[in-house]
Amino acid sequence: MERRKMICISCPLGCNIEVFKDESVSGFSVSGNKCKLGKEYGIKEMTNPTRLLTTTVKLKNSHLKRLPVRTDLPIPKALIKTCMREINRIEVCAPVKAGMILLKNISDTGVNVISSRSIGQSQ
Amino acid sequence: MQAEYDIVVIGAGPAGLAAAIEAKKNGIESVLIVERDRELGGILQQCIHNGFGLHYFKEELTGPEYAERFINELIELRIEYKLETMVIDLTKDRVVTMVNSRDGLMTVQARAIVLAMGCRERTRGALNIPGTRPSGIFTAGTAQRFVNMEGYMPGKRVVILGSGDIGLIMARRLTLEGAKVLAVVELLPFSSGLTRNIVQCLEDFGIPLYLSHTITRIEGKKRLEGVYIAGVDVNRQPVEDTEFYIECDTLLLSVGLIPENELSKAADIKIDPATKGPIVNESLETGVDGIFACGNVVHVHDLADYVTLEAQRAGASAAQYVKELLPRKRTGISVRAGQGIRYVVPHFVNVDNLKDTLELFMRVDDVYKEKNVIVKLDDEVLATIKKKRLVPGEIEHIKIKAKMLKDKAVSSITVEVQKEGA
Amino acid sequence: MYDIAVIGAGIIGCSIARALSKYRLKTVLIEKEPDVANCTTKANSAIIHAGFDAKPGTLKAKLNVLGNAAFDELCQDLDVPFKRTGSLVVALKDDEIPTIYKLHEQGKNNGVPAMKIMGPDELRQIEPNINDDAQAALYAPTCGIIGPWELAVALAENAVDNGVEILLNSEVENIIKVENGYVLFVNERNIYAKYVINCAGLHADEINNMVAAPNFQIMPRRGEYNIMDKSVGKLVNTVVFQCPSKLGKGVLVSPTVHGNLLIGPNSEDINEKDDFETTKEGLKYIYETALRSVKRLPAGFVITAFAGLRARCERGDFIIEEAPGAAGFINVAGIESPGLTAAPAIADYVLDILKKMQVEMVEKPDFIKKRRSVVRFNELTNAEKQRLIEQDSRYGKIICRCETVTEGEIVDSIHRNAGARTLDGVKRRVRPGSGRCQGGFCSPRVMEIIARELGIDIARVVKDHPESYILTAQTKELDIDNSDDSGLLT
Repeated sequence: MERRKMICISCPLGCNIEVFKDESVSGFSVSGNKCKLGKEYGIKEMTNPTRLLTTTVKLKNSHLKRLPVRTDLPIPKALIKTCMREINRIEVCAPVKAGMILLKNISDTGVNVISSRSIGQSQ
Repeated sequence: MQAEYDIVVIGAGPAGLAAAIEAKKNGIESVLIVERDRELGGILQQCIHNGFGLHYFKEELTGPEYAERFINELIELRIEYKLETMVIDLTKDRVVTMVNSRDGLMTVQARAIVLAMGCRERTRGALNIPGTRPSGIFTAGTAQRFVNMEGYMPGKRVVILGSGDIGLIMARRLTLEGAKVLAVVELLPFSSGLTRNIVQCLEDFGIPLYLSHTITRIEGKKRLEGVYIAGVDVNRQPVEDTEFYIECDTLLLSVGLIPENELSKAADIKIDPATKGPIVNESLETGVDGIFACGNVVHVHDLADYVTLEAQRAGASAAQYVKELLPRKRTGISVRAGQGIRYVVPHFVNVDNLKDTLELFMRVDDVYKEKNVIVKLDDEVLATIKKKRLVPGEIEHIKIKAKMLKDKAVSSITVEVQKEGA
Repeated sequence: MYDIAVIGAGIIGCSIARALSKYRLKTVLIEKEPDVANCTTKANSAIIHAGFDAKPGTLKAKLNVLGNAAFDELCQDLDVPFKRTGSLVVALKDDEIPTIYKLHEQGKNNGVPAMKIMGPDELRQIEPNINDDAQAALYAPTCGIIGPWELAVALAENAVDNGVEILLNSEVENIIKVENGYVLFVNERNIYAKYVINCAGLHADEINNMVAAPNFQIMPRRGEYNIMDKSVGKLVNTVVFQCPSKLGKGVLVSPTVHGNLLIGPNSEDINEKDDFETTKEGLKYIYETALRSVKRLPAGFVITAFAGLRARCERGDFIIEEAPGAAGFINVAGIESPGLTAAPAIADYVLDILKKMQVEMVEKPDFIKKRRSVVRFNELTNAEKQRLIEQDSRYGKIICRCETVTEGEIVDSIHRNAGARTLDGVKRRVRPGSGRCQGGFCSPRVMEIIARELGIDIARVVKDHPESYILTAQTKELDIDNSDDSGLLT
């Protein structure tokens, strides 16, 4: 993509920035940003947009049916679908502790899926 | 069953948890926290997305993670709690009537009470949207509960009314779980949600956002079949020939939160019609002696972190009250919402209760760009604060040095948006 | 093989079925909807009229007054909420005063007891919030408010307690006359009955036309309503009527028996018999018109809107008679207002017709007159609540916050005869979903209870009709690519 408009989300101001390909070192120029965070954000969104993924997994051995989980680091945006499919396949058994790794290195990203909470066994 | 406690906290969401913990840490042993749901944590347990704790913990946590920090502390401090227990009555003499399956009906006399009941969602009925009454219409929070806790989808083809954060979060959540979100419809010309959510919940998934639009009719005899959407004019009235139809089987409503104050009213606590929550002072005490309030039950917050801070103040104040150390001068400075301001909390200030600062929380009534917020002490301008951007969806904070209020005999503080530009 | 088949389980069909259940007659009540009281009976003004409005000499007039008198005992026996609030027909202008005098006369002719004309001061003693321009009013103390669907459900339950069979989701597709009776084709079953009573409401003409020459036509007339929050439920104390004027019939402002406020209805002739839509114009009309009598009606307190269809017929009066050329087939049709009020008297009238037809009506000595009383947790004293929870801990779990309804009440509403099978069925019987949160808090919990008690998956719990599913798949069952073409942008 040659150029793209977006809203920077680094701070509540939400500058409307425009990112376009050029001959600079990073390969992109950013306009409309009021600080350097905007530039960094714009370039990242163009080159390697990442997102933290939060979702649930099937839970067994508990009165709750689903366990909230998240990736411990952001994953490439393009891999969200693949990761969701992988996460949806697993079933976790209570008890679980918050932070426990449920899926290591999801979709070869180096990122783990961890539990968002602790749950005891079925009462 | 009858009992007595020094402090009863009603609600174990972020507000209740923090208040109870702070009360205990301030030396009150006899604290009871009462929760109607099957576990502690309140609404946080279904808010599985991240964005919590950025201010308070300097970490980015999900709702359940944020809740667990406080739940662990509550348990470590051995604070007594009851689950699946509903408070059905409250008197201004601080008698709490509650019900559960195990203990039956209990009347508890409290020396102080902290109200932390949170809020409920505005409904289709309250909006009076014409059309049929099929299944498939949910408030966003109820849908969130079904998806994240029971593990069921509300539908396949979804339209969301309201671009507040709950609606935006659910747009993403439903998409990730395989539904098709066809549109988010927003009455105002701007979204009240965080920009970050517009980007990460709508733009990321190509979900169209229709600003200055509303739903004019609902169709479907048994299950929802579709909705009519129209553009609105400056008076927020639908413009006739802009109407179009979207076929869908699910409608999510994210059209406003209303503080849940039935118990407050039962205890004769005066409610501010602008916040729909109790009128409170700087110590979060309501107009009824010994009854404090914090969190969404006072006014709808936008960040759980600030709920925690507010609740800690309330818990500490309740503890002071029980120890008979909370100054009882009830008249003080009245805080007024001037032009451009929808509400300011707290409503009254007793300067003797302030340490160094008074923190005011407010919402504006419209979008303002490049405007000054004026803070007046009586008729004198105390401060003129330049603001690049003010929106109703984001709470503004103003800190005033207590010294400024103590030196003079101030009777009112007014906050307003200056009419002329900067 | 049945003695009597009653078609339609609205207030009329349920009243008749219950009245029949006093006799040794094998009775079946056949209803096309998924629950009793699912059409007109669930969407009306919920008023037990005093009876001054009906034209003297009509069946409406006669049966209104007779029916009205029966409600205290009936509602006590069946444990149904009912209050005689009284009503006021308010004259807001000079030229409306003759109208209220005329209604007064008419009421006297109809046998309506204890009415009086009130002047401006007296009427304000009862209704302080009435508008300043209210000059006089016709006061009728026998007017009352009721839970119409609760009454229908209670009648149905008591009928089943006494041996009546109810078939739901059962549409009568055809009827043929056979020797000594009729055969009804229902869901691929043949049901034979000696006598048929047609209480099919909006569809009564279609049912008649299956066995007799068309002799009336039902034309749906839609009325829209708003229900307002309980916090404004005491705005008026009586049922406040307006006089019909050039602008229309006038709209009422009334307390409901549950403590809410009701305004409406408008009046629109429509074509479809299943068009229950509320409209922007209709809702605007009822609010603006209601302000004519009570301008203190606040904006912003609406909790829900609904539309009901009246089964109007050209005759302008109740049609309660044997269908021409169809012996043993009784039409009970065109039952629009004051149908709800007249229901107990309509049932007696139908019994009389059967007696005249020489139907053998032997009373059952073991007829159960009273329904097992319904627990209303919210109305109990603290001591009663405690005792109840000790007996059954499910009464200690409050499911509906807005109306304070317990799990015990919900479970009971499912397991009684003519019990709830759907989310709306529970709502209609014990209130969760009727409050200001409109089910936002309680519906997941109510659905869980229904699923558990009926032994079905929660995704199979429906709102009302079998096709009104609420939940679809479980999460993790649908692939993210179902969000197809507008997937993730890279």
